[in-house]
Amino acid sequence: MPGILTRLINISRRRSPWVFRLNSGSCNGCDIEIGPCFCPRYDAEQAGALLQGSPKHADILLLTGPITLRTRDLVKQVYDQIPAPKAVIAIGSCPASGNIFAGSPTIVGSAEEVIPVDLYVPGCPPRPGSILEAIRTAAGLLEQGKTRSQQEARHG
Amino acid sequence: MADSLLHTLFALLVWPGLLGGTVLAWFLSWLSRKLTARLQGRQGPPFYQPFFDFFKLVGKQALLPRGLHPALFYGLPLFGLIAVVFSLALLPVSGAPGLSLSGDLILLVFLLEVPALVDVLAGFATPSIYSQVGSAREALLSLAYNLPFISALIAMALYLGSFRLEDFANAPIGPVTVLAAIALFTALLARLKMNPFSIPNAEQEIVGGVHVEFNGLPLALFELTHALELAALSGVIALLFLGPVSAPWLRLLLYLLGSILVVALASLVSAATARLKVQHAFRFYWTWGAAASALVFAAALIF
Repeated sequence: MPGILTRLINISRRRSPWVFRLNSGSCNGCDIEIGPCFCPRYDAEQAGALLQGSPKHADILLLTGPITLRTRDLVKQVYDQIPAPKAVIAIGSCPASGNIFAGSPTIVGSAEEVIPVDLYVPGCPPRPGSILEAIRTAAGLLEQGKTRSQQEARHG
Repeated sequence: MADSLLHTLFALLVWPGLLGGTVLAWFLSWLSRKLTARLQGRQGPPFYQPFFDFFKLVGKQALLPRGLHPALFYGLPLFGLIAVVFSLALLPVSGAPGLSLSGDLILLVFLLEVPALVDVLAGFATPSIYSQVGSAREALLSLAYNLPFISALIAMALYLGSFRLEDFANAPIGPVTVLAAIALFTALLARLKMNPFSIPNAEQEIVGGVHVEFNGLPLALFELTHALELAALSGVIALLFLGPVSAPWLRLLLYLLGSILVVALASLVSAATARLKVQHAFRFYWTWGAAASALVFAAALIF
C-alpha cells in the first residue's frame, strides 16, 4: 500500500508542476516570454502547470536575470521557502553566464553559486516553447527524484 | 441503533459525504477550470487534474510558518474539511441513507459557514501581511453574502413551513424556488471566492490571500475543502429543483445536472467579470442582494 501511494505521489509531481517566477535583476525580457506559456497559444495548464503567487505553493522556481549582489540573499531565501521536492529552472543566458553583464562587479557570475540549478534554458530571451519544454522536463525530473535538491537530500 | 450508526457512517464517508462527494467535487472543480480555460481561448487542464494536484500537495514537505502553532497549522484545515463533509452528508440525495432530522437546514447553514470562519482564523493566525489582509476581506465579505444566502433559505422555509432539507428537495418549482435559487447563486460566487468576488484570495494583489503561508498537506486539505464546498453549495441550489420527479435515478440525474449547470453558470460569470473592490462587493450585496431577499420573501408570502 505505501508503495502504491509513493508511486501515485511521484506521478502527481509530473502531472501538476506549480511554478513560481523570480526576477533577480532581469531586464524583464524573459519574464515577458514566460507570460505566453500560460496564455492561449502555449497554455501550460494542459500539462497541469499553474502560476503561483507564493513560493510556498510552488514546485518549480523560474529564475530570470543575472543574480545581482543585492538580490543574492533574497534568491537564497525564496529558494529555501519552497517546500521539498523542488526544481530550479534558470531562464535565459543571464543566470548561466552573466550574458552581456559578464564581468560586471555588481553581479554574481553564475546562478550555480547561489542555488542548485537543474535546467538552463538558453536564449536572450528564450522562446516560450522552450520554457514550456523545460517546465515539463523539470516535472519529469521531480517524478524520478532526479532534481539536484532531491539528490542532495538523498545523499546527505 | 447500530443500523442508524452505520447509515450515518455511510452518509459521512461514502455518499454523499467524503468519497462520493470528493469525486463529484473534483469533477465540478475540473469543469469550472476547463470552462474558464475554454472561455479564455485555452484548452484547459485534463479531467484528472484536481486529483493529481491533491496528491502532489500531500506528498510535499510541510513547512511550518514561524509564529504559527502546529495545532492551528494542521487543525484548522482539518476542521474546515470535517464541517464541509458533514454538510454534504446532510443533503437528501438519492442513494443517501437520509440523515433527515427536523431543523437540519439550520445545521447546514452553520456547517457551510465553518470553512469561511476557518479561513478567517487561518489568515489571522498566520504572521503574513497578505493573509491578514485576505482574512479581513473575507470576514467583511461574509457579512455581505450571508444576507441573500440566509434570507433565501429562510424565505423557502417560510414558504414550505419547514426547516427540513427533505421538504426542500420535494418543493414544487415556482416563482419562490426560482427567486431563491437566484439569491443563493449570487451568494455562491462570493462564498467560493470566484470573480467578481475573488476579493479575499486576489492573487495579483495579495498573492492568494489567507492561504499564502500554507503548504503541503494543510494546503491540500484547504483545496479539497474548497472543492467540496463547490459541490455542497451547487448541490443546495440543485436540490430546489428536484420536486417534480420522484424516481430515485431521475432525481440523482437531475441533482447532478443541476450542480453542473450551477457550476457552469458560475464559471461563465467569473470568466466574464473582473474583480470588484471590497466596498463595491459589499454595496452589491446590500442593495441587489437585499432586493433579491425582499423579492423572495414577498413571493413566499404571496404564493
